[in-house]
Amino acid sequence: MDKIIVGLKRVVDYNVRIRVKPDGSGVATEGLKMSVNPFDEIALEEALRIRERGEAREVVVVSIGPEDCQQQLRTGLAMGADRAVHVPHDGDLEPLAVARILLGLVTREAADLVILGKQAIDDDCSQTGQMLAALWDRPQATFASKLETSGTTARVTREVDAGLEVIEVDLPAVVTTDLRLNEPRYVKLPDIMKAKKKPIESVTIASLGVDPAPRLRTLHHEPPAPRQKGVMVKDVDQLMGTLRERGVLG
Amino acid sequence: MSKVLVIAEHNGNHLNPSTARCLSCAAQLQAGPADVLVLGHGAEAVAREAAEVAGAGRVLLADQPAFAQPLAAMLAPAVAELARGYTHVLAPSTTFGKDLLPRVAALLGVPQVSEVMSVEGPRKFRRPTYAGNAIITVEVPDDLPVVATVRNASFKAAGKAAAVPVEAWTPTATAPTHTRYVELRSGGGDRPDLQTARAVISGGRGVGSAENFAVLYRLADRLGAAVGASRAAVDAGFVPNELQVGQTGKIIAPEVYFAFGISGAIQHLTGIKDAGTIVAVNKDGDAPIFEVADIGLVGDLFQVIPEIERRLG
Ligand SMILES: Cc1cc2nc3c(=O)[nH]c(=O)nc-3n(C[C@H](O)[C@H](O)[C@H](O)COP(=O)(O)OP(=O)(O)OC[C@H]3O[C@@H](n4cnc5c(N)ncnc54)[C@H](O)[C@@H]3O)c2cc1C
Repeated sequence: MDKIIVGLKRVVDYNVRIRVKPDGSGVATEGLKMSVNPFDEIALEEALRIRERGEAREVVVVSIGPEDCQQQLRTGLAMGADRAVHVPHDGDLEPLAVARILLGLVTREAADLVILGKQAIDDDCSQTGQMLAALWDRPQATFASKLETSGTTARVTREVDAGLEVIEVDLPAVVTTDLRLNEPRYVKLPDIMKAKKKPIESVTIASLGVDPAPRLRTLHHEPPAPRQKGVMVKDVDQLMGTLRERGVLG
Repeated sequence: MSKVLVIAEHNGNHLNPSTARCLSCAAQLQAGPADVLVLGHGAEAVAREAAEVAGAGRVLLADQPAFAQPLAAMLAPAVAELARGYTHVLAPSTTFGKDLLPRVAALLGVPQVSEVMSVEGPRKFRRPTYAGNAIITVEVPDDLPVVATVRNASFKAAGKAAAVPVEAWTPTATAPTHTRYVELRSGGGDRPDLQTARAVISGGRGVGSAENFAVLYRLADRLGAAVGASRAAVDAGFVPNELQVGQTGKIIAPEVYFAFGISGAIQHLTGIKDAGTIVAVNKDGDAPIFEVADIGLVGDLFQVIPEIERRLG
């Protein structure tokens, strides 16, 4: 296979506890630590391993979003991607628009494999990979926990509710990653320095002929309803008593 | 007038309970009874089961060898073809629905609303973002069909009703050949299903090993409960992946949830926010799980569990 494309979304770091703005207009993200969506990091790690096994020639990372996405692309380059494409955009993008933009890039690059995260940990939509596969009219293998490529096909183990499902797909295809696919490597300082020399190309949404305007209207944000304060019991007798009082244990 | 299509989930023999939950979501859309689409091969029994769920107006059975396995690439063209006649298309927010419905939405060229947790109006829904830490209200404009996945834990399963007709439906779209099913490996035995069980006994890294999980299985069997786990317990290989509860595992709403040796990371808590009663046992009194637990006990799970069993008699 020649080329693997990996999407890197810039999101609030998974360790940061976000807060909903008091007026319900959104989530306060200013000044928060931003990172590569964890599932996307796994996607990139997988692509790099395939290339390192000699089964692909090039790994290209793509990020769509504000100027600052270049930080996440630099992380991707430091991890080992060969080059990066940034599609600048300020404001919200729905997964369908992202899928259309990716379709433009994937066709332009003639990608053999696209690896994306199974969901972004901000909007938690879990749609983009499936949508890209549909628009591209190619196979999808979502929630992957194992990926083996051989020439023109890939064998993917998927984490599904019933267990582990194995499917085989023809390439090109879209794979989305689950957490157990791999453990991403740490970036070393010399790699960060080297990555500074790697190119980041900028491609406009307009040049891909995509309308980025969201169609769904987000009317309101609210924090989740707090749970009632619980009680601490000091031993198993009290525990069983409280459970019986609540009628949850026969 | 709204017209709702619900995509049934099943394993070839039985309807998944998530379908009845979708139908109770559909009942809130101010539409008439919903059409239920069963895609499968030799799935007449499933169709008959679907025909007896309250809220179903009619069951459409698309029976083809290509639909023998729930592969999104095979099913999506057929679903998209049928969907054009409806104002709403719903599927459960299980791995089946999450895999399939975005592919359908893209074929229709419309956005999807993921994980509907409440219906605020026929085109207005609440859904979780940021691992459930920000709930958003979204509205689908009038000129678009509503394509949405329904969060299992947020809707009670619709009950049984008199059977409605089952009709055969044949899509004109031909299924692609680029995707092939190989096998399903399932670690589960005949224990209650994690997503529908009344009680769940969950273990985390604190359980320590696959062997030690036997203690939890024994308690679960005593209580007729399902067994769940944190990601750390799954990653460590104590239990199979399908037991993971949380943002990236299963989102569940049992009447009672026991967390043994689970610290309470936000990604885990997302999966249990809708549980009736959360019981936490952890030897660290500062563990964040105690902030959400209804009943907390600081203690060693290996002492606490046998004591619970003794008191169960
Ligand atoms: C993108 C992303 C998605 C994630 N999705 C999920 C998800 O879906 N589900 C999930 O669970 N996690 C998820 N995680 C992982 C999550 O952040 C935590 O790492 C994980 O939940 C921790 O599991 P744990 O509580 O079992 O382990 P730990 O945090 O290590 O906690 C173990 C606990 O056991 C207690 N303990 C130890 N021994 C005993 C004993 N003998 N008796 C009583 N208590 C004892 C300790 O005090 C400790 O509190 C995700 C992480 C990321 C980055």
